[in-house]
Amino acid sequence: MSVTKIFSDCDEAVADIFDGATIMVGGFGSYGGLPINLIVALSGQGAKDLTIIANMAGVGYELSHRIKPEGYQDTGVLFENGQVRNFIGSMPALGGMPPTSPLERLFNEGRVEIETVPQGTLAERIRCGGGGLGGFYTPVGAGTIVEEGKETKAIDGREYILELPLTADFALIKAHKADSLGNLVYRQTARCFNPVMATAAKVTIVEVDELVPAGQFDPEVVVTPHLYVNRIVEVPR
Amino acid sequence: MKERLDEQTIALRAAREFIDGAVVNLGYGMPGLCANLIPGDMTVFFQSENGMLGYGSLATDEEKDYELINASDQPVTPLPGMCFFDSAAAFDMIRGGHIDIVVLGAYQVSEKGDLANWGRPGRPATGMGGGMDLAVGAKKIIVTMLHTTKNGEPRIVRECTYPLTARRCVSLIITDLAVMEVTADGLILKEIAPGWTVAEVQELTAADIKPAADLKEIEL
Repeated sequence: MSVTKIFSDCDEAVADIFDGATIMVGGFGSYGGLPINLIVALSGQGAKDLTIIANMAGVGYELSHRIKPEGYQDTGVLFENGQVRNFIGSMPALGGMPPTSPLERLFNEGRVEIETVPQGTLAERIRCGGGGLGGFYTPVGAGTIVEEGKETKAIDGREYILELPLTADFALIKAHKADSLGNLVYRQTARCFNPVMATAAKVTIVEVDELVPAGQFDPEVVVTPHLYVNRIVEVPR
Repeated sequence: MKERLDEQTIALRAAREFIDGAVVNLGYGMPGLCANLIPGDMTVFFQSENGMLGYGSLATDEEKDYELINASDQPVTPLPGMCFFDSAAAFDMIRGGHIDIVVLGAYQVSEKGDLANWGRPGRPATGMGGGMDLAVGAKKIIVTMLHTTKNGEPRIVRECTYPLTARRCVSLIITDLAVMEVTADGLILKEIAPGWTVAEVQELTAADIKPAADLKEIEL
């Protein structure tokens, strides 16, 4: 195969992300599974008016530096940089903490829009997007503000709401290891949203701790099959 | 001022509800303390919505691995037999009724068991995380919280005024003053903090509470 998916660094891998793009960012919360180096590269690249789809919006550069172990960054840097116009996720900001999230500050200034989605609904909307489905009915959010403006349906006497699929132009994800074809394995709770998002973008870019030759993985342990992966960057930890 | 139970004691009381072999999910904040408080002879499988089943206690500084965290971003310890999966699978388990018990924090609970645990006045950007999915899907919902706000306002109310997480989902409320069951007949006061009277607890509760026939002091 003459075309390689392997990129030499994160800057090169995110170079063509364009203004107005919709980007899924893997991970879960503050740690574990965030494609930290791809996020930092995107903040340097400077694309703006982005729509970010991620579980959590992050705490940003300053607070990450203060409260997290060395080197841990999150999606918050993209908000601090003024690169984001829309956020779709389950935790724009944490209610239990003081208003420290960069997204919450921007939102309060009217500079960014937020679509808050229950976490399981977020995962399922992405799975639908990746799997070619037009949506699904879920009981989650029925009778709450999540229901507003959505089609509802009673099934076997229970109320459900229709949720629609999510797709993206790019997905930035983190895996533990890739082989040169793009098969991926993950490590512990760093799996989270990454395998789901890998399926739902036109271009999936993965940052891995280790790149190995194709054929090294036991086929039984591959979590993300290579057809979902377009670009691989090895960032040894 | 009379003494109220501390958070550790509330979590300990919640852990007394666990059943051997149960699958349990612990919400953000106080409920997370339950991971360290399982009765000694019992096996409980903790499920976490970031994709993990069967983890152990909270990790010490020496044990910390930031790729082994619970859904509250706290590093935890591994146990033999634990397994990992992605977020979509984690929520299939949750919505699909495969979680026996979930312990959640709350801002308000109504007498009908409505739960409000994610949004607060003045904080329109906060999110519900996995709380709505858990409240809708788990077989039994236990709420642990302080009985009143910092300003002394009741958190147990007739109707929630904060944004709802889910309707009619809570079955047991454990606070720093009381253990209450949500029933079709309203709130039943099952246990009460040492030194407190029913009238004093009622005073701090904005819904009617009925003392159980076998009302007792909170048992640990």
